[in-house]
Amino acid sequence: MTDTQQTKIQVRNLSKVFGDDAKKALKLRDEGLNRAQILEKTGQTLGLSNINFDVREGELLVIMGLSGSGKSTLIRCLNRLIEPTEGDIIIGGENIPQLSDKALLQCRRRHFSMVFQNFALFPHRTVQMNAEYGLEIRGVDKAERAEKAKNALKQVGLEGWEHAYPNQLSGGMQQRVGLARALANDASVLLMDEAFSALDPLIRRDMQQELIELQHRMKKTTIFITHDLDEALHIGDRIILLRDGEIVQIGTPEEVLTQPADDYVARFTEGVDRSRVVTSRRVMRPVRATAHHDDGPRTALRKMSENALDSIYVVDRERKLLGIVEVDDVDEAARAGKDSIQELLITDFPHIGPDEPLATLYPMFQGKSYPVAVIDDQQRLLGVIVKGAVLEQLAQTGEQ
Amino acid sequence: MDFDIPRIPLGNWIESGLDFLTTEFSGVTRAISRGTQSGINLLNDGLMWLPEWALIALVVLLCWKLSGRRLAIGGLAGLALIWNLGLWNPMIQTLTLVVIATLVAIVIALPLGILAAVSDRFYRVIMPVLDFMQTMPAFVYLIPAIPFFGIGSVSGIFATVIFSMPPAIRFTTLGIRQVPKDLIEAADAYGSTRSQKLIKVQLPLSLPTLMGGINQTIMLALSMVVIAAMIGANGLGSEVWRAIQRLRPGEGFEAGIAVVIMAMLLDRLTQSLSGSKKTK
Repeated sequence: MTDTQQTKIQVRNLSKVFGDDAKKALKLRDEGLNRAQILEKTGQTLGLSNINFDVREGELLVIMGLSGSGKSTLIRCLNRLIEPTEGDIIIGGENIPQLSDKALLQCRRRHFSMVFQNFALFPHRTVQMNAEYGLEIRGVDKAERAEKAKNALKQVGLEGWEHAYPNQLSGGMQQRVGLARALANDASVLLMDEAFSALDPLIRRDMQQELIELQHRMKKTTIFITHDLDEALHIGDRIILLRDGEIVQIGTPEEVLTQPADDYVARFTEGVDRSRVVTSRRVMRPVRATAHHDDGPRTALRKMSENALDSIYVVDRERKLLGIVEVDDVDEAARAGKDSIQELLITDFPHIGPDEPLATLYPMFQGKSYPVAVIDDQQRLLGVIVKGAVLEQLAQTGEQ
Repeated sequence: MDFDIPRIPLGNWIESGLDFLTTEFSGVTRAISRGTQSGINLLNDGLMWLPEWALIALVVLLCWKLSGRRLAIGGLAGLALIWNLGLWNPMIQTLTLVVIATLVAIVIALPLGILAAVSDRFYRVIMPVLDFMQTMPAFVYLIPAIPFFGIGSVSGIFATVIFSMPPAIRFTTLGIRQVPKDLIEAADAYGSTRSQKLIKVQLPLSLPTLMGGINQTIMLALSMVVIAAMIGANGLGSEVWRAIQRLRPGEGFEAGIAVVIMAMLLDRLTQSLSGSKKTK
């Protein structure tokens, strides 16, 4: 995430009180009382308190929290399915809480598509008609909306199912229809409310993967609600952690794992499979020594023995990685009086990009174990990863 | 110690209220009366113009299409029996009254039902009124019908509409209120207006329940038009009424059985109508 990304939605001081005397509840909140105390004193439930965050253009933002944390309330405040009590939600220059009913309708049509936990498909409409719904109520003409809906159904892999009814489809397919209905609508923000929580684990994994790919392809600003930390870490560009109606932490998945804001987050992240989130950049070590491609065998041997290595990576002048040579081969070449190591190069070496999760490393440590080379997209050697370092890192983040 | 608590003249009040209505709105009621009567005549003549066998064939075909062979055979046998008993004309008259009363009831009930579904306040007002309409003994409606519309079929229809309308209102309201909350939320989230939500989501989804209400209305209408014979509505009811006055149980049962046949046919037909809509 770079700073050049534009802000899509700004949420400022957003609060929601459930009850008929919101002012009193907010006053007590400002006096420093917590949610439970306010409930006890006034009978008002403080659903959200002082929420501030930005949604960036094109990102997949996950809002994560357990039930009762206010995440469903938060996503519904954005398009005012629930009326916020105070605060600003600014999108495209409009402040949503202050819109008139008519302007709100337009705002919902232009900016928000929503995917629901229990799909919320219209049972009396075919798959195609469901996908067309958003366009239909906007008055888009028949041919155009049919075309757009078809495209959306294609995107989610439902070609050929246009004329089926929702109850003829499995849960996973139904949610694809829900997704297609949202995509066809072509609104600028996609709201997903626990969209995959009702699906069984295998299908859920698939859908997560597809959402990530779809999101990469379409760069659609997406706000995804979940109670599942694994899911949040897996799909989110950034994660907002919510507890008792307040934001506990905002950060990338890696930040949430490696620098938890407090004990609550840390406890939360205990059970997580870190190897899926921590990236190779984090565990790589600087390369102690490299050989140059025009080094002779004796120079290479010296570099290896100085650093106690039994193999060494060979780079050219621009630090582009060419391959690796083994000490036995180099030794033999030196004895034979050769003056180049070029023909000893082994090009079949393990390598990985800097932003890959550790989990992808595991298979590379099987068999012959060279250190894994971390290379950027110009083939330049950034560092190496040895097996010990990976284990160490996993153990470390586990302790934090 | 003798407390002389005066009797509350509730009946007098109602009577003077009704008197007021009949005198003040006689123009309106007369116009309604004329309009309804011509509607009755038109439908009745139309149905009578068809030869018996043609109408039977039509009904049997309808039964077959909507339900299946069993209902078609039942319909054929039932209608043939009515024809054979010489009750064809009264049956057509009764059918006319039922159809018109049901149509009027639905036209009034649908908007009221929708209103009660979307407005809690209207719901609270109309529910006790419906209770009143349904529990008041049906005969009582016959009495004010006469000063309003005179003796005859129009009064019969008036009483029938009042008696048979409540289920249509109730079921409409129930059907709309039963539409799952998440579907309403979905409709809202995509920016539907109130009427789009009603037409595209709430009404189609409440259709099976709504059809159940219409079925109930038809059944109640049928039972009421028979009773309405007491104030001069024609049809199978007046056959029964005449049999009572002459103490002829045989004729009474014949007409009664004809009513039963009609009721079963109408019930099965409307039920299969709502059933076929549901599975679609």
